[in-house]
Amino acid sequence: MKKALLEIYTGLKSLFIGLKITLGQFFRPTVTVRYPYQTLKIPARFRGHIELVSDPATGKPKCFVCKLCERACPSDCITVDGMKPEGAKRKTVTVYRLDFTKCSLCGSCVEACRDGAIRFSREYNLAGTSKEEFIMDLFKRLESEGVQGEQAQPVTTVAEPRPPAVTGAEPPPPAQPQLVSAATAAAPQSKLIEEAATPAGKIPASTEGTLRT
Amino acid sequence: MIIEQTKPVLEGPKGDASPGRTDEPIAPGAVRASDAPAATGRETFVINLGPQHPATHGVLRVKMTMDGEYVVRAEPVCGYIHRMHEKMAENRTYAQFLPNTSRIDYLSAMTYTHAFVGAVERAAKIQVPRRAEYIRVITSELNRIASHLVWWGAFLLDLGGFTPLLYAFDDREKILDLLEGITGARLTYCYYRVGGLYNDVDDAFLNGTRTFVTEMRPRLKMYRALVTENIILRKRLIGIGPISAEMCRRYGATGPVIRGSGVSYDVRRLEPYSVYPEFDFEVPTFPEGDSMARYLVRMEEMAQSLRIIEQAVDKLPAGPVMAERVPRVLKLPMGDYCYAVEAARGRFMVRVVSDNKEIPYRVKLRTPCLSNLSLFEEASQGMLLPDALALMGSLDLVIPDIDR
Amino acid sequence: MNMRSISLFLSSEPARLVLFLLGIMAFVGLNAAYLVWVERKGAGRFQRRPGPTEVGPAGLLQPIADALKLLSKQLIVPAGVDRTLFRVAPLLMMSPALISLAVIPWGEHLAARNINLGLLMIFAFGAINTMGIMLGGWSSRNKYAIISAARVVSQSVAYEIPVLLVVITTILVTGTMNLNEIVANQAGPFWKWYLFRWDVNPLAPVTFLIFYTCMLAETNRAPFDMAEAESELVAGAYTEYSGMGFGVFFMAEYANILLGCSVATVLFLGGWQSPIGVLPGVFWFLLKLYFLVFSVIWVRWTFPRTQFYGLLNLSWKILIPVSLFTLILSSALVKL
Repeated sequence: MKKALLEIYTGLKSLFIGLKITLGQFFRPTVTVRYPYQTLKIPARFRGHIELVSDPATGKPKCFVCKLCERACPSDCITVDGMKPEGAKRKTVTVYRLDFTKCSLCGSCVEACRDGAIRFSREYNLAGTSKEEFIMDLFKRLESEGVQGEQAQPVTTVAEPRPPAVTGAEPPPPAQPQLVSAATAAAPQSKLIEEAATPAGKIPASTEGTLRT
Repeated sequence: MIIEQTKPVLEGPKGDASPGRTDEPIAPGAVRASDAPAATGRETFVINLGPQHPATHGVLRVKMTMDGEYVVRAEPVCGYIHRMHEKMAENRTYAQFLPNTSRIDYLSAMTYTHAFVGAVERAAKIQVPRRAEYIRVITSELNRIASHLVWWGAFLLDLGGFTPLLYAFDDREKILDLLEGITGARLTYCYYRVGGLYNDVDDAFLNGTRTFVTEMRPRLKMYRALVTENIILRKRLIGIGPISAEMCRRYGATGPVIRGSGVSYDVRRLEPYSVYPEFDFEVPTFPEGDSMARYLVRMEEMAQSLRIIEQAVDKLPAGPVMAERVPRVLKLPMGDYCYAVEAARGRFMVRVVSDNKEIPYRVKLRTPCLSNLSLFEEASQGMLLPDALALMGSLDLVIPDIDR
Repeated sequence: MNMRSISLFLSSEPARLVLFLLGIMAFVGLNAAYLVWVERKGAGRFQRRPGPTEVGPAGLLQPIADALKLLSKQLIVPAGVDRTLFRVAPLLMMSPALISLAVIPWGEHLAARNINLGLLMIFAFGAINTMGIMLGGWSSRNKYAIISAARVVSQSVAYEIPVLLVVITTILVTGTMNLNEIVANQAGPFWKWYLFRWDVNPLAPVTFLIFYTCMLAETNRAPFDMAEAESELVAGAYTEYSGMGFGVFFMAEYANILLGCSVATVLFLGGWQSPIGVLPGVFWFLLKLYFLVFSVIWVRWTFPRTQFYGLLNLSWKILIPVSLFTLILSSALVKL
């Protein structure tokens, strides 16, 4: 009898404590990021689909069709083809076909490439209306990007993370200014939210959102 | 495709033997003793639970023979998400199989990759640098917390409490953001490589992890006050679904299922791997064996994982994160190698059989959920249907883990 | 027909009653729609997310969009159901709430009908609710619906008893079943409300809590919503209802919540009495009413669902003994 009464009492108390907790949460701000009016900053290491890296000196892709990426891929999504122009020592790439419907973003290709000719992009909001739009020709994309210049896609990323420079058990404090933003970026509470440049209420027709053929 | 009928089930199932049954299959048309009217005394009907669930377990079908509200027999039928990982392993090199490992159990992807990579390293006798081992421990434990948070939220969703799911996912976002900062992925990481890691971590990650640990502890206290102490939940879980240690042994159940039945079986203690022996943590064990015990085991495990992460971040040594001279194309010597880890759901073991080629001859994935599920049939006999669902939720099943 | 006869007609009792009832129907309809909005926004905020925001400013047009969606759906009446009962069941759930709201005193002179047996009438009509959901489940000819309907009937029966015992206690304390008089007896500062009148009923907060719990159980709200348990097998007694049939059930649930909270306000929180005599009675009534409705929403999003036998155990083993005890205690105190 006494046990039953005690159970009723503790039970009732637990219910009220629960109610108090949810009421406390009621008055705290929402944690939702209202996409697409607000977007998150993409970390530098984000694994979007791969893209070709162009050599800053020549403006041409660094890839010389060694096909290591093609062999490393577990899902057979890469097909590279190229030709050797007259008088050049190495091939240059003409077709770099990535079947993104099969890609698992494992990074074997990026790792296999010895010259850093491919890297992960930061594209995260891809949308298309047919499967063919996801079978990308990365070479064509690089060309079209080159035509539009650097302002094609403002890359909003966090700065490239640096490995700790000091040896020893304790990690060094973040000294560089870029790392400050990265450190605050990693604070779990604060999301790196950027407001869209367009007036509130209108969904921005951004170039990021659409696939370029 | 078996079409369920609502007439009394007098004959047994049509020839398909179900997992976990210990008696021999009977001929179609014969009467199984346990289903005969004399045994149950009443008409029974068959309900199909799944493969599409309102609860977020995955594609599992459970054929339940019901006597009113009571479960006479619950026969799990798995295989709806069989993706032939083990077969794929026979056609890929060791490095090419790494993305598959993340997808076997996508909630604790890091630990599964750890097991495979550990097996290959053990076979090829590759020494992983200490910094890489420490980071592997940190990321694996973060993954364990994330997995337990999903379990907690989904379990409470099954029981009718919708709010804790959102709180759990809020915390999980922090973990996923941390891991996204270093690996680039949020669920299927593919971060470990044979011999170490894909890349090193940075200060942002370490500071973020420290902040996360300090923020998570009060959250766990809040979860305790909001849910664990809640009388309604306690009434739902205490005494429900008792599983004895002997039943666990018979079915090979591991992880929180066996630790909730009083047996302190943790691979990190019994088959130590990586640098776990260097950390000071407890293995929570509760003797009651009911759903509440399994629940408490997982909540305590989250707290212990926080301890491990704290110690690892403090003691993180400097150095390289990749072993030197790992051959690009890995050929393991002939033989049979295995490596077991304590995943979020139990003991996950990878067995690699090599015949000295680039691709393995056989990769066996011993997953914990299949063994955990197999005791559901015996444990749920005679239970009410909602209690059986609570029991299934407390087993923490991830169906891709069962089917691979 | 000139202005004089029209005004005479409109000030006569039948016309007043009809207008009042229309007003109540409009009020209930508006509330049923916008309580959904309050619930979704409230649920969102409890879960630290915004809730509906897209349709209209702050999602205020969301209920209208939902209503349009429900209206545009085909009203499927499955073959083999009992057609009359199938169609009548939602109405049977909605009407008792509307009828009972006619006796609630909304303000000082704002009661549709001042009936001496108002309290009795409310609980008499409340019993029809159970019948509504039972018929809905039974006429659907769907085994899950029948199971769920059977559960709801046993749940409702189990929770009728403590609520009636609590009401008897209140009648003993107040001495009348007339709701207007009950509210009038609570005039004055807030410690005159029956919730705080511990001289006549020392367990008044317990009584209120029992009434509140029974109200949650009668309206099938969480944590007692076994009938509509979404993560059980199917949608329960409402499985076969589509479009506006389901919409009416939904509205009936909110109408019942409104009724239950109104009765709780009248019986325990002083009805339209204001603790400070500033604003008209209606305002205070609505304030207290919506506070209770908010607490119903708050409870729903905090707790998991009870087990079915836990629900029945709670009623038979805990609520009934406690309410019997309070009845005996307050009757003894009234006698003294």
